Amino acid sequence: MTRTLVVVGHGMVGHRLVQALRDRDTAGTWRVVVLAEEPRPAYDRVALSSYVDHWDAGKLALENADHAGDDLVELHLGDPVVAVDRDARTVTTASGLVRGYDALVLATGSRPFVPPVPGHELPGCFTYRTVEDLDDIRAAAEGGGVGVVVGGGLLGLEAANVLRQLGLDTHIVEMAPRLMPLQVDEGGGALLRRLVEDLGPSVHCGVSTKEIAEAPDGLRVVLSDDTELTTGMVVFSAGVRPRDDLARACGLDVGERGGVLVDDACRTCDPNVYAIGEVAAVHGRCYGLVGPGYAMAEVVADQLLGGTATFPGADMSTKLKLLGVDVASFGDAHASTGGALEVVHNDPVSGCYKKLVISDDAGTLLGGILVGDATSYATLRPLVGQALPTDPGALIAPAGSAGTGIGVDALPDEGQVCSCNAVTKGTIKDAIVVGGCTDVAGIKACTKAGTTCGSCVPMLKQLLSSCGVEQSKAICEHFEYSRAELFEIIRATRVRTFSELVEKHGRGRGCDICKPAVASILASLGAGHVLEGEQATLQDTNDRFLANMQRNGTYSVIPRVPGGEITPEKLLVIAEVARDFGLYTKITGAQRIDMFGATVDQLPHIWRRLVDAGFESGHAYGKALRTVKSCVGSTWCRYGVQDSVGLAIELELRYRGLRSPHKIKAAVSGCARECAEARGKDFGVIATEEGWNLYVAGNGGFRPRHADLLVSDVEKETLIRLIDRFLMFYIRTADRLQRTSTWLESLEGGLDHLREVIVDDSLGICAELEEAMSEHVANYSDEWRGVLEDPEKLSRFTSFVNAPGIPDPSISFREERGQKVPVLLPVPTVGQTNEVAEVKQ
Amino acid sequence: MTAVAENLTWTPVCQYAALEPENGVAALLPDGTQIALFRVADGTAYAVSNLDPFSQAMVLARGIVGDRGGVPMVASPMHKQAFDLRTGQCLDNPETCIPTYPVRVADGMVEVAGR
Ligand SMILES: Cc1cc2nc3c(=O)[nH]c(=O)nc-3n(C[C@H](O)[C@H](O)[C@H](O)COP(=O)(O)OP(=O)(O)OC[C@H]3O[C@@H](n4cnc5c(N)ncnc54)[C@H](O)[C@@H]3O)c2cc1C
Ligand code: FES
Repeated sequence: MTRTLVVVGHGMVGHRLVQALRDRDTAGTWRVVVLAEEPRPAYDRVALSSYVDHWDAGKLALENADHAGDDLVELHLGDPVVAVDRDARTVTTASGLVRGYDALVLATGSRPFVPPVPGHELPGCFTYRTVEDLDDIRAAAEGGGVGVVVGGGLLGLEAANVLRQLGLDTHIVEMAPRLMPLQVDEGGGALLRRLVEDLGPSVHCGVSTKEIAEAPDGLRVVLSDDTELTTGMVVFSAGVRPRDDLARACGLDVGERGGVLVDDACRTCDPNVYAIGEVAAVHGRCYGLVGPGYAMAEVVADQLLGGTATFPGADMSTKLKLLGVDVASFGDAHASTGGALEVVHNDPVSGCYKKLVISDDAGTLLGGILVGDATSYATLRPLVGQALPTDPGALIAPAGSAGTGIGVDALPDEGQVCSCNAVTKGTIKDAIVVGGCTDVAGIKACTKAGTTCGSCVPMLKQLLSSCGVEQSKAICEHFEYSRAELFEIIRATRVRTFSELVEKHGRGRGCDICKPAVASILASLGAGHVLEGEQATLQDTNDRFLANMQRNGTYSVIPRVPGGEITPEKLLVIAEVARDFGLYTKITGAQRIDMFGATVDQLPHIWRRLVDAGFESGHAYGKALRTVKSCVGSTWCRYGVQDSVGLAIELELRYRGLRSPHKIKAAVSGCARECAEARGKDFGVIATEEGWNLYVAGNGGFRPRHADLLVSDVEKETLIRLIDRFLMFYIRTADRLQRTSTWLESLEGGLDHLREVIVDDSLGICAELEEAMSEHVANYSDEWRGVLEDPEKLSRFTSFVNAPGIPDPSISFREERGQKVPVLLPVPTVGQTNEVAEVKQ
Repeated sequence: MTAVAENLTWTPVCQYAALEPENGVAALLPDGTQIALFRVADGTAYAVSNLDPFSQAMVLARGIVGDRGGVPMVASPMHKQAFDLRTGQCLDNPETCIPTYPVRVADGMVEVAGR
């Protein structure tokens, strides 16, 4: 018999329950009705602040959140439950829907606490919990100005960061004497305040908000010390309160400090009713983090299926990077355990504060606080409650000094590596050793570890290598270095030939992996023509013949058509060349014309004609900038707001010939309609009324990815400066054949880190990056012209060394739709196994 | 590549000096066979069939030359399978082997023996 489960609230925890139940209830014993107040299916609230990076709510979507295709799940959005009748076992929604239940789960979460300050309901006052909240804040921030955040805790600092990203002059008001009072102690708080203030926001601690009043140009906020702030908006982020009103109304017990009172099994005083997530008060205690909520969801799924799981209590550790400052707090951070000892390392110069709390016998780690540098969080947190593997001082010694970097090996199998999803080291090891996971993505898919806040990902990597999964960074057998390291070696030592490099820094003679990679690095560093001397032998065939090899060994030719703009005269030249050499022609996806079927010996003749007519190499063959595609733009288009064609041409001419770890595609759209599909490109520019928005690290192809917004409304000079930095930073640090999209995803710290480096210049390398780009621009010359002018380079374009001028007799064509296409040789096929071609990214 | 039987017919192909180190060229034998001729880093010259058996295109002479674990090899420019230049053995697929041809240098001229 199928029973009915009604879930009230489709937040992160409610969703996890439905998912867990549907995964395990293979017999279909439960039908699930989900009644949700919000207008969209459950989304990743933990990542809510990242919404300002893209304003794309789709990116926050949780896996399978709409339960599409599952007949046993009925999801009603935008229709909150208003009443529960426990005798009749029914619930009623605002729209009048009535549903009966066999089991009811309350997963209604919390609401932001808004202190009852006079004026807290005025327009311009916001909370910070939902996508809609952020949309409202964004709209109000339109004109810039000042923003005040009430609350200097975890969420308050997140909100402050968002206001700062929206360009507001930000103030943080915190009643406690320090920021993040729940997580950090006085020492950590002092440093945190300094680091936050260094980034811009003004911090007011130890004061409360006395009054908010309407002022001529916005709101006037009066603090308890009579400071007055004139602001465009106030964001309340002063804690949360469980949404237990439904429970109260139907007579369920609630906790002393609110929340629906439940036992270890998450059951309320009514055995048919459960509560999970932030609304649940397990033995009176509410948990404001998603990890414990997920654990409760798993418990209830188990109970509904006849199991006996109970909630084990939870770890309230947190790590976050707020305003670019690392803060982590874990275990008994405030040393409240009797006799606990503290070991503190406070370095105001380098801006880091670390405290470990250990048991009175100095044998067990109890907790700790890290501010400024929380890299050791991933290893320290799972050690809580465990014997210390080494002297506690060594655990928090500054990075780089001896004794740091205790690894994952120190952790017992039952230690939790991922606290968000309660995954132990043992489970992850199983996934690697038994389940055969060979990378972080595999572990995520198999165990859910690393899928929520991501702070445990470094541990997952360590576990892979400690289980013997080769995570070698060596580019190939000839060099022990990654591409980024090779780049730095070549840059620093000014080695300019492969032979010298492999002799001094590698072994053997090189291969088809390291040679093209080094050739590309040399080219990025401006080592002259790509076919000069030894460099010619390093190139993949496409670069060796400056054309794209096709399946029958012939080549295709693509001249550059910057921005896709071309005159009729030039079109005629292409048409004549294609006709005279009998080439198949096709318009490419990148707004230019491809001519196919040229033999090696034809290439120079074809290019002589093209170069004479003013064409240059289009680098369609290279790991280099391909094109900057454009829409028609404001010159002709009646919707366009900026000249996208002009900018695309300027950018394409600036970056033409730039060699990189993989190809680079770009586009410029002249208005928000985005006809150039700029967000599918490595860098994309979209015109706004005020200037240009720059998006980075998009991709089409095999793994589509929407580009992320890096900056908005900048003028052209800033735009170009940022693209210069972005491209050069990518060229220096990416792996071989890594597109910008995968590069950004693998970059520790992701988009925030990228923004810090290339917008805020946190590493102090921007001047160098710009300098490198201006060298590229100054030294550019057309590769094909270089070949035509050099007899030695030209001499390589022959089919046979002993029969110059004779084309390869094995090449033949037939006709299809009025053009020629290749005929393959009539040779028996050999097995296509072990194809070692790289997957096109 | 010196120990070869006497009854081979040698075809002069090009000046040894015309071969660049770590590079290949294609040559046409009188019977129409296409070979790929390579000079590796230590100076040795090797000849193998120019036909890439995986793509059936005459392209091996245009592959990158180097070594795998010390074995001199060329990687097909089409899909990157590597072939041992000494034996023709494909290093990525044990079932595949390509023809090799004896090579010698006489009076500065590279000569290849057909089959
Ligand atoms: C900006 C931000 C950052 C955060 N960062 C972190 C972090 O780094 N780490 C961490 O662990 N946690 C973090 N959290 C907390 C985390 O998001 C919550 O712990 C988690 O979302 C709780 O899930 P829940 O399902 O219990 O509640 P919610 O996600 O709030 O979901 C409850 C849902 O129930 C709906 N609802 C309420 N009443 C009704 C009703 N009567 N009928 C129907 N539906 C109803 C609500 O509209 C809501 O959609 C963060 C929260 C925010 C806001
Ligand atoms: S600890 Fe948050 S995802 Fe693993």
